[in-house]
Amino acid sequence: MGFNYRGAWSIYQRELMRAFRTAFQSLIAPVITTSLYFIVFGSAIGSRMEPIGGVEYAAFIIPGLLMLTLLGETTSNSSFGIYMPRFTGTIYELLSAPVGVAETLIGFVGAAATKSLILAAVILGTATLFVDYEIKYPLFAFGFIMLVAASFSLFGFILGIWADSFEKLGIIPVLILTPLTFLGGTFYSLDMLPDPWDKIALANPIAFLVSGLRWTFYGTADVSIGVSLGLTLGFLAVCTGIIAYIFKTGWRLRE
Amino acid sequence: MSEPILSISGLSKVYKGGVKALDDVNLEIKKGEIFALLGPNGAGKTTLIGAVCGLVRPSGGTIEVFGNDLGKEWRSARARIGLVPQELSTDMFETVYRAVSYSRGLFGHAPDKVRIEEVLRSLSLWEKKDSQIRELSGGMKRRVLIAKALAHEPDLLFLDEPTAGVDVELRKDMWQQIAALRERGTTIILTTHYIEEAEEMADRVGIIRKGQILMVDDKDAMMQRMGRTEAVIELAEPLASLPASIAKFPVELRDDGKEICYRGGDGAGGGRQDVADLTKALIAADINYRGIDIHDSSLEDIFVGLVSEQEEA
Repeated sequence: MGFNYRGAWSIYQRELMRAFRTAFQSLIAPVITTSLYFIVFGSAIGSRMEPIGGVEYAAFIIPGLLMLTLLGETTSNSSFGIYMPRFTGTIYELLSAPVGVAETLIGFVGAAATKSLILAAVILGTATLFVDYEIKYPLFAFGFIMLVAASFSLFGFILGIWADSFEKLGIIPVLILTPLTFLGGTFYSLDMLPDPWDKIALANPIAFLVSGLRWTFYGTADVSIGVSLGLTLGFLAVCTGIIAYIFKTGWRLRE
Repeated sequence: MSEPILSISGLSKVYKGGVKALDDVNLEIKKGEIFALLGPNGAGKTTLIGAVCGLVRPSGGTIEVFGNDLGKEWRSARARIGLVPQELSTDMFETVYRAVSYSRGLFGHAPDKVRIEEVLRSLSLWEKKDSQIRELSGGMKRRVLIAKALAHEPDLLFLDEPTAGVDVELRKDMWQQIAALRERGTTIILTTHYIEEAEEMADRVGIIRKGQILMVDDKDAMMQRMGRTEAVIELAEPLASLPASIAKFPVELRDDGKEICYRGGDGAGGGRQDVADLTKALIAADINYRGIDIHDSSLEDIFVGLVSEQEEA
């Protein structure tokens, strides 16, 4: 028996079904949150702000808000997807099935990435209700969002295997990803920060992601798109390596 | 019935912390048989099943399934193995139909509505196919687990405590299901706390304790070899001692001489013949009795005796 594509498809389908089953939590809640950001920062505060790099403030924050939701939701979806079977014991079926690392990742990570892309499309659609904007490099934007979604789905998968409690499951997205995204230039350009904070901000890897996505939208960025892309690809490679190690050793999966 | 479908050699498992769950286990399962693995809690039954099904990483030894090394041909091997776990682990918010269909796909099979319907009907789950699993009773959930394990038509099926927590009626119903599976050629390995279950269904029995297989034998041969008959004869008048014609039997006088207790024979009726001869000897010795209470030892008696012996040793 070779690659079990039916197995991968079954996991993928089931994970997507799970998201639709919890549509409010998966899709509507992020849309409401993002809308609130647009109302508060885009319309209320943004109307009093000067354009940044020639981009209207309400439009300027779209890539950052998109990244904020994307990172949080992708990581949570993916980590929850693998943590719940571990928590409820249903992982026995996955471990006893003829599926390996490739089928498992295509199923779980593919579904989490798909949900993220749907979410990104919904958020961008929501943004059009509040602000006029155009994406300068739509294909690059799509590719970058795909890359970020895949990377953080893998990251979430690792998190879901590492966590042995719901507290640990939530701690990384809430206490690390969200603050780093807020401080990574979601609502401002890094060059607006006083010295030395503009330099210190570059120690935040999320700043490179926000900057990279902003470049695909408006052609301007705090750091080179090449650096953003390289960093994201590096993160993807590290996460893939860790997952390969987990499956090889059975860490936290097989006793 | 003699072709081995599963061969385990020198299998060992030491968990973190040094707990030795399996210790040099050697076991061969024949194609088409029902094999019951008996053992007290913590004996290593679930670990043994987990090692074959991919839930546990063995510390040593080899496992061959369908003639292939499980470590190398794990995909094709797992595709032909089904597992019903001890715990009621299912996606509680999923419907019965979708849960069973998912299992079939996960094991690499194309969707087959006819097969899924057949499995659900055979387990009396068809009427509940659109119900969420959380709405079902414990016994029905257990059936869902069996349906999920059967959805990909396994050749080798592991049932880890299949009737734990189900009522007597449902348990007997499940025994019928298991017998029907065997009729279709499925090899079944089951662990159980209900020795009666093994006695009812198994062709062969293995007894495991502290990670070691103590004994593997045909159930009937085991009962014949280790089975005993016990008879209690209530005497009309108490005896101070037994005459020689009675003392030659494996008997003892108890309850202040009011009862003679016989323990002996085998599991094939030899003991009952002995008791018949004993009653004749009593009559010949002019010893009257009021009644006889006689019973043959069950597999449970043998199991408990064997495990206790090892405990004492």
